[in-house]
Amino acid sequence: MGTGSGDQRPRQQLQPGITLVNRYNIQDVIGVGGMGSVYRARDLHFPNVVKLVAVKEMINLAPDPLVRQTIVQNFEREANLLATLNHPAIPRIYDYFSQNEHSYLVLEYIHGKDLETVIADANGFLPEDQVVSWAIQLCDVLAYLHSHKPDPIIFRDMKPSNVMINHNGDVVLVDFGIAKAFQSGQKGTMIGTEGYSPPEQYRGEATQIADIYSLGAALHHAITRRDPRLEPPFSFAERPIRRINTNVSVEFEAVVNTALQYNPADRFQSAESMKDALMNVARKTGALSKITSAIPAVSTGVKPLWSFKCEDEIRGTPFLHQGMLYVGCYDNNLYALNAADGQFQWKYPSDGGIVSRPLVYENNVFFCSEDQRLHVVSTRTGKVVWTYFTEGKIYSSPRISDGHIFFGSEDQDLHAVNASSGRTIWKFSTDGPIYSTPLLANEMVYFGTEAGSVYALDFRGELKWRFQAKRSVTSSPINKGQAIYIASVDGTLYALDSKNGWAIWKFRLGKGSVSSPAIADDFVFIGAADGFIYCVDTRTAKEVWRFRTENQVSSSPTVYKDSVYCGSVDGFMYCLEYRTGRLRWKFESQAAITGSPVVFDDIVYFGSTDHHVYALFA
Amino acid sequence: MADFFRKLFGTKEEPVKQKQQVDMATTAPLTDQQINSIVSGQNAKYEMKQLISSVGQSVGKQREHNEDSVLTLTSTISGSTENVPFGLYIVADGMGGHQFGEVASNAAIRIMGGNITKKFNSYLYNLPSQPLQDSLQEVMENSILEAHQYVQREAPGSGTTVTAALVLGQQVTIAHVGDSRAYAVYADGRMEVITRDHSLVKRLEELGHLSKDEAENFPHRNVLIRALGQGESLEADIFTIPFPQPGYLMICSDGLWGVLNENDIFRMITDAPNLHRACQNLVEAANAAGGPDNITVILAQMIG
Repeated sequence: MGTGSGDQRPRQQLQPGITLVNRYNIQDVIGVGGMGSVYRARDLHFPNVVKLVAVKEMINLAPDPLVRQTIVQNFEREANLLATLNHPAIPRIYDYFSQNEHSYLVLEYIHGKDLETVIADANGFLPEDQVVSWAIQLCDVLAYLHSHKPDPIIFRDMKPSNVMINHNGDVVLVDFGIAKAFQSGQKGTMIGTEGYSPPEQYRGEATQIADIYSLGAALHHAITRRDPRLEPPFSFAERPIRRINTNVSVEFEAVVNTALQYNPADRFQSAESMKDALMNVARKTGALSKITSAIPAVSTGVKPLWSFKCEDEIRGTPFLHQGMLYVGCYDNNLYALNAADGQFQWKYPSDGGIVSRPLVYENNVFFCSEDQRLHVVSTRTGKVVWTYFTEGKIYSSPRISDGHIFFGSEDQDLHAVNASSGRTIWKFSTDGPIYSTPLLANEMVYFGTEAGSVYALDFRGELKWRFQAKRSVTSSPINKGQAIYIASVDGTLYALDSKNGWAIWKFRLGKGSVSSPAIADDFVFIGAADGFIYCVDTRTAKEVWRFRTENQVSSSPTVYKDSVYCGSVDGFMYCLEYRTGRLRWKFESQAAITGSPVVFDDIVYFGSTDHHVYALFA
Repeated sequence: MADFFRKLFGTKEEPVKQKQQVDMATTAPLTDQQINSIVSGQNAKYEMKQLISSVGQSVGKQREHNEDSVLTLTSTISGSTENVPFGLYIVADGMGGHQFGEVASNAAIRIMGGNITKKFNSYLYNLPSQPLQDSLQEVMENSILEAHQYVQREAPGSGTTVTAALVLGQQVTIAHVGDSRAYAVYADGRMEVITRDHSLVKRLEELGHLSKDEAENFPHRNVLIRALGQGESLEADIFTIPFPQPGYLMICSDGLWGVLNENDIFRMITDAPNLHRACQNLVEAANAAGGPDNITVILAQMIG
């Protein structure tokens, strides 16, 4: 639509009651097109019956007289052409005439609604059978037009608003491309938003196969209720039909996809062949097998390299260091296993369950326990070196920087401890218990609290900023560039400016999250209690994909090479292609997986609440 | 100074000795990783940063109306631990018959500018009692949507491009629709177009349907596929990037980027003694190249 039409419309439209050429009494406006309006009118030549007609107006505003004359000639030529058409799905033409700069076409009036209105008014999706039956009728009428002699007629403007559904429920094509030239020159012609036109039409190539594409686009709109004019041109492939409307058959989706191929040679080469394909869909004979739909090969028969059984649940995340795997367990022990074969090396008993992820520094392994202590144990002997007491249970995992250990405790303090001596460097009191693991970056300490705060302290323990989420923040932050990413039980993934704590963006998760985000490229990955693993663009906060598991995702994703690994309370460890979220494999343990995997040298290590530690090929 | 001390205390051998040491020292170029770690280490410090900006505008040589609108606001949010640079920069290029283009671009600027500054009002001019509820991207998104609805209602049929940048601290949050552009201009000569044109020609180019040469001669270069005020719903591009440092943030209408090539733009920015002069030089150059359209340019720089 030309941008000028907005202010012309009220001035130029015919008022109800006006009679054109002493014959057509205008009753109402039934449509507005690029070059004028369409009216419902009564034909006064039939005084004893009410004969309704559609009067289509074209306003010729070309300033140059020669151009204006050419437009009128084209209009008349096309009107004459249409007068030769005879098809139940094409309205009959009764008359045409010109008055000053206005030209008029008088057409059969169709009682009914146009398809665009039908789509908009529908309560939910239109039934596939209905759309397929209209599609077959539309192929029929296109086939009729395309086989017109001496020259084929290209409709060029197949879209739902040009398809009427009459009172019998049959389709009628309206608006036969009168004077539908590119309105070039002025900025903002906005023709690109049409959404139904094939790429080659923008180069002025209108062929039968262009109509096939537009029909495909119209069907896509009808079956998905996604208006292509609101989407970037030629982006149908980004909106797979069955992802939007799961009721659509694979066969019908394949027909529409074929019609929508970018390259004309890849589409149906005639309306007849498209009709044949649709007939097959209607019969559900499965004759469309040559059009392949990509069903990903999913491997579920993954066998572990080794597994190791502990005496209680493993809820936390292992740590790998120099061929040794360290993992805490709810049997109160920290286990040291040989990462190559799962051979037991030693175990060290604490007095509480261990969910905290261990850490190795200078031949000592550091980890926290529900017994309120940070334990430091020799990696060689498994014997205690020293312990450090807090006033509450510890679920947070220790982190180290510059010889200082940082972790939070249920006692609401963030503790900074000298890694060699075990002496307190400082404690920082917060507003709630700290289950979150601190992030150390830019000489800052970032962590969340169960009171819903995110704190940023400098290495001296001074508050730099604090951010308030709406519910507790159990998740541990991760940073990239100048932002930190952290989730909350309030169901939001936050991107915060690492320097001042302003929220850059928020991404709504289906439910709360205690999962900690992972990052690769411009993607941030996170699990949530709604059972999804999400991938979100770090720049735009747009969802890239989401993957559904069968239960809550408390596990934190881990990225390795081009895969993301994440466990779920449904008992599975999932391996997904990280750019697309496509499932590569899944491995079933016998109980919920709440900890996160660690991946090294193409091997994934993780624990499960089924008491086992597993090692799998990545 | 060193020479002075050398005269006082030094012997003649000393400089020679130093020279030999330098000659014998083996040096290797730093790897990218090393450089990055040094650079990121420097960025991590809480230095005092100051944001400065300037703007240039011209109706051009061939248009009677100015349909471009512009807003610049540069300030600092004073905080207890540090002062945070704050900047709001918007360029809108209106379209549509009669004066409707001006109406659209003007309304877009006012409504977006008003909405965003309202959100930051208490931080800039008052003592905030509440933390900001919306994220920066939500602030931008809501503001551009409100402007969209206003233009649809009050100036139907018209539309406008909008490229808006909200600078807070070291981050820039962009809201963008249409074919005005934001550039990251780095001191080392790199110029990155941060925004993506919502034009038909760009879309066809992205799809590999037009080559770069074909795109340059495409007859409908000025056809947009998305604009504020057009279409029922508006999907603006909204994203956040680090402020280009060392370098400049440039926002301009197609009256500038469509006429001048990137090398010339870069040279004019870096040759100028200050941002004001740089903006004026850019506008003059676009006019000298024919000035086929309205010209608007904003330059912002983080110094310190």
